[in-house]
Amino acid sequence: MQVKSRLAKFVVHIILLAGSVLFLFPLLWMISTSLKPIEETMKMPPQWIPTSFQFQNYWRAITYQSDKLGYIPFLRYTINTMHVATLAVVGTVISNALVAYGFARLKWPGRDAFFAVTLATMMVPFPVIMVPIYVVFRHLGWIGSFKPLWVPAWFGSAFNIFLLRQFFLTIPKELSDAARVDGCSEFGIFSRIVLPLSKPALAVVALFSFLYHWNDFLGPLVYLTDQCSFTLSLGLQFYQSQHGGTEWNLLMAASTIVVLPIILLFFFTQRTFIQGITVTGLKG
Amino acid sequence: MKDAVEVFEKPLKPKKRKISPSARRELTAALLFISPWIVGLGGFLMYPIAASFYYSLCEYSVLQPAQFIGIGNYVDLFTDEVFWKALGNTFFYAALSLPLGLVLSVAIALLLNTGVRGMAVYRTIFFLPSLMPVVAMAILWLWIFNGDYGVLNYAVSSSTGWISAQVAGLGRFLNQHGIESVGRALQAAAPILRIEGPPWLTDPAWSKPAFVLLSLWGVGHAVVIYLAGLQDVPAHLYEAAELDGANWLQKVRYVTLPMISPVIQFNLILGIIGSFQFFAAPYVMAPNGQPARSAYFYTMMLYDNAFPYLRMGYACAIAWVLFVIVLVCTLVALRVSSRHVHYEGM
Repeated sequence: MQVKSRLAKFVVHIILLAGSVLFLFPLLWMISTSLKPIEETMKMPPQWIPTSFQFQNYWRAITYQSDKLGYIPFLRYTINTMHVATLAVVGTVISNALVAYGFARLKWPGRDAFFAVTLATMMVPFPVIMVPIYVVFRHLGWIGSFKPLWVPAWFGSAFNIFLLRQFFLTIPKELSDAARVDGCSEFGIFSRIVLPLSKPALAVVALFSFLYHWNDFLGPLVYLTDQCSFTLSLGLQFYQSQHGGTEWNLLMAASTIVVLPIILLFFFTQRTFIQGITVTGLKG
Repeated sequence: MKDAVEVFEKPLKPKKRKISPSARRELTAALLFISPWIVGLGGFLMYPIAASFYYSLCEYSVLQPAQFIGIGNYVDLFTDEVFWKALGNTFFYAALSLPLGLVLSVAIALLLNTGVRGMAVYRTIFFLPSLMPVVAMAILWLWIFNGDYGVLNYAVSSSTGWISAQVAGLGRFLNQHGIESVGRALQAAAPILRIEGPPWLTDPAWSKPAFVLLSLWGVGHAVVIYLAGLQDVPAHLYEAAELDGANWLQKVRYVTLPMISPVIQFNLILGIIGSFQFFAAPYVMAPNGQPARSAYFYTMMLYDNAFPYLRMGYACAIAWVLFVIVLVCTLVALRVSSRHVHYEGM
């Protein structure tokens, strides 16, 4: 709804600017603190621009060593996180695309009822099923490995199935029919016609799956036992809980390192991002 | 005419119970396509839900096999002070953060939708915080809330201090120019305006509001959703309202809000489910829900019983109560809002 008068436009800008300052403030404060020498973090009144930029804080944060903890291998944690996220993203895209195809492009008895059941499972909070799943993974001997974090992604999830199904429904049926007449198999139609036409939707699923696994905390907390196999989120928490409340500049540097890839990813894929949130938020 | 067609068609298409070869081929293909989900639904949802219910009736530490004890866990749970504390904290958090978040995000979306220049830039700024990995966000806010060097309380006391000084100055000015009654009143009021921020995370009365504040910072996700919803509202509705002499506020009340109400409803339900899973931020920022368990939330209790204490049966009882609460809340939310929610085309 447009606002027409000049005064109204001016007021809207002022409010939005003030709001933007409030929303950006914590992020800027994080970066500011991460570049300060330790004495300056404890100065009152607080200082926005460090007197000397301590870029080595970043290096110290990722190679942190202490008598109590030993080495905090942030590089190792980054590799671990990438390892889990990559396997999970690939599994999420493949499995959900297959299942969504079955729901969207094929007719079979009981399909709609089964789809309704699928949607209903979105309401099940993860903590409800956390314990039995842990028990199963324990029996399989997977506790302490990455498997509990990425294997489930290969078996579909209601939300992504729903999202991709909606997209597949918009692809004209005539394309599949024509391919069928030419003797193309069902899998051929899926992989050679439907998938290439669905790149935007697949990108949304991949992006959000990556974000989820990059940010996930509860999963790694429950399943990972060895300090060397931590993911970034868990490693950061461990780092903080062991010696938090002292070297805030190093903590902020470490936090910035965890946040930065996500922010960069956002700027490179802004369109997909906004589309994805819009679709998932509006059409539920 | 219609009847005639039906009569005519019936003998031509006798009902066959046998599946045609093409339908069978399609069924086989479909089963292959959805097979990952059949395994996933069974193995990662149905079985765990059932097993969770069974374990909730057992004494179970993982190290020994589960032992059936009936409803004992539930009896213990409902007489457990910590349970009521965690439940109360969670409701408190949800009851504050959901409505405040809703109002804030709709308000920002409305402002962004006024056709101002730079909408995409503002949208990005409001959205960025909600992207932050939750552990990094929690650590950042620990620093911002910090009792000694926290920048938030510094901002609160310095900005209110400035306002207070201005008011006192105005009072002095009025005093000197003969309007003494008002001047004295302003001078007396000035010191009250100077506010010192509360000791957020170390005071039981302020720890939950601190988490509400944190949740409001992450409201950008909802802003993006509502903004898209607002952009879908057809312009002719506003034009019609304008012809009827509606002002801006009336247009919001009678056109915009009804049109985006399904979106609001959907996000509110997700918000309720989300509040009960609030875990990582308090786990990092308020270990064990300290101070005085004032920041001990529902899923923290579930986690603590399941893993550190290895009381898996008890944890499953907590999980099932959570399941029922989420179910009831969702149904109530659907019920209540179905009276107010407007669906286009229904």
